[in-house]
Amino acid sequence: MLERGEVANSWRRERWDSLRLLTPNWQSRLPGHRYEGPDPDGYMTMGEVIEFIERFATVTRAPVRTSTNVTSVRRTDDGYRVTTSCGEIRCRAVVIASGACNRPAVPQFTAAVPASVVQLTPFDYRGPSWLPDGGVLVVGASATGVQLAAELKRSGRPVILSVGEHVRLPRLYRGRDVLWWMDASGVWDQRHDEVDDLTRARRLPSPQLVGTPERRTLDLNALATMGVELVGRWAAVRDGSALFSGGLRNVFSLADLKMRRLLDTFDEWARAHGRDAEVDPPERFAPTQVPESARWQLDLRSGEIRTIVWATGYRPDYGWLDVPVVDTKGQLRHEGGVVDSPGLYALGLPVLRRRKSTFIHGIEDDAREVIDHLTRYLALS
Amino acid sequence: MTTIDNGVNVQALLDAREVLKGAPEAAQFTWRASAKWENGVHSTTRIQNFFGLGQEHSHKSEAVFTADHPEVFAAEDNGITPIEYLLVGLASCLTAGVASVAQNRGIQLRSVESTVEGNHDIRGILGADSDVRNGFNDIKVTFTIDADASKEDIEALVAQSQKRSAVFDALTNPTNVSVEVA
Repeated sequence: MLERGEVANSWRRERWDSLRLLTPNWQSRLPGHRYEGPDPDGYMTMGEVIEFIERFATVTRAPVRTSTNVTSVRRTDDGYRVTTSCGEIRCRAVVIASGACNRPAVPQFTAAVPASVVQLTPFDYRGPSWLPDGGVLVVGASATGVQLAAELKRSGRPVILSVGEHVRLPRLYRGRDVLWWMDASGVWDQRHDEVDDLTRARRLPSPQLVGTPERRTLDLNALATMGVELVGRWAAVRDGSALFSGGLRNVFSLADLKMRRLLDTFDEWARAHGRDAEVDPPERFAPTQVPESARWQLDLRSGEIRTIVWATGYRPDYGWLDVPVVDTKGQLRHEGGVVDSPGLYALGLPVLRRRKSTFIHGIEDDAREVIDHLTRYLALS
Repeated sequence: MTTIDNGVNVQALLDAREVLKGAPEAAQFTWRASAKWENGVHSTTRIQNFFGLGQEHSHKSEAVFTADHPEVFAAEDNGITPIEYLLVGLASCLTAGVASVAQNRGIQLRSVESTVEGNHDIRGILGADSDVRNGFNDIKVTFTIDADASKEDIEALVAQSQKRSAVFDALTNPTNVSVEVA
């Protein structure tokens, strides 16, 4: 196992200070290893996640070579040649487990933003005190965007949140963590070959969730109540002004409808499986409140906004992968983790084999199946 | 399951989507219109040809649109005002979207009606107040749909039709427009 830095490196260096896992503690489980602390319904801080993964590495005696950065993987006659910062390795098979979030993805027009505005990605962001005083424009309303918008607003700054398509979820549904429902009802176990539109499922933004001790919901209504101003998807920069889409109401409708449909699925499952008695009665949440008039223009030179935080997603980085298996959109071509090159495999990508593939507990089933394929490949070749 | 028919050939659209995924150059279309000044603010615009799938195409027949201003604008009212054509585009695009999405989702439509209202402060175009924009301040579309579907499914149809609408996108997002003299 090659690790460019230390065990749990990205959790140590590529996360902001206040971040906690979106999954409750009881869901943090790896083969033979689970959370055993006093707060199963809580959410791990980054320190706790690092400890959890470190402990797993120790107990399993995983053969991790730390500070070993892979700079190239090339195909040879009988396998792969892996070049690292600590020398070369020849092997018959390679499992890529470098994740889907290696680089923040930002739109092309960042270059057109006036130089007077500071631009940050979640990789640069640690906490509000690292930002200049004054207004902040947070772009993107997935988990990252809503969490940073809330934290920056609480720091006393005026915050505008630019909202495109998003996934709305309550933190708790019928008294249980919404992710309990995802797990128990089997939604998370839905397989990649059963999903209607796999490309879309793999591109789905992370849900508007935050892990807090209060287990609170952080949807757009909650942000609006805090005083965060909502504007449409950022479409372009023209003459130093940001132009936002006028289609805000529809992205609200889409997210509200999808949430309702998901909650219907949960209710049906509870009814069909006789689980209604152990949870609270079904509930429905107020639609996302549409602002009286959302502005579609913001003069970036006026000083109203001093900082832009790009919470516009992440992309994988396969710059080191010298095997032609990456598509024109920069995604790995694979079928359930079996990459389009003999002996090459992947794990830990969105909906790799199941909807839960990118969650900590989601790796176990995927890994078993991918490794089965790998051992069969090694036995036959 | 009974076959539903809204008159949309969804299979052809789904097939086209698959083919064009691998052939982005064939997906490039150019729509064209030619306008001619008549008199006053009265003009005639003709549409017949367009380019797409790598070649020139022609509509079955030429369409002619007359635009003018109403009498309250001290004009002859030979036709609707140009900004009303945007309402035509939006309404017809969303309606087509509703029918297509309904077909794809197996929802039989009985009637789809909508009203579109664009609020317009004409002090902008008159130059009476530089803080007022020239175009619509907002547009409101109201659908009345009779279909074999729940209220929620109908709302989802309308939401999805906006998500895939060319005119909704063109109106809600900025577009680079270059106007030149030949």
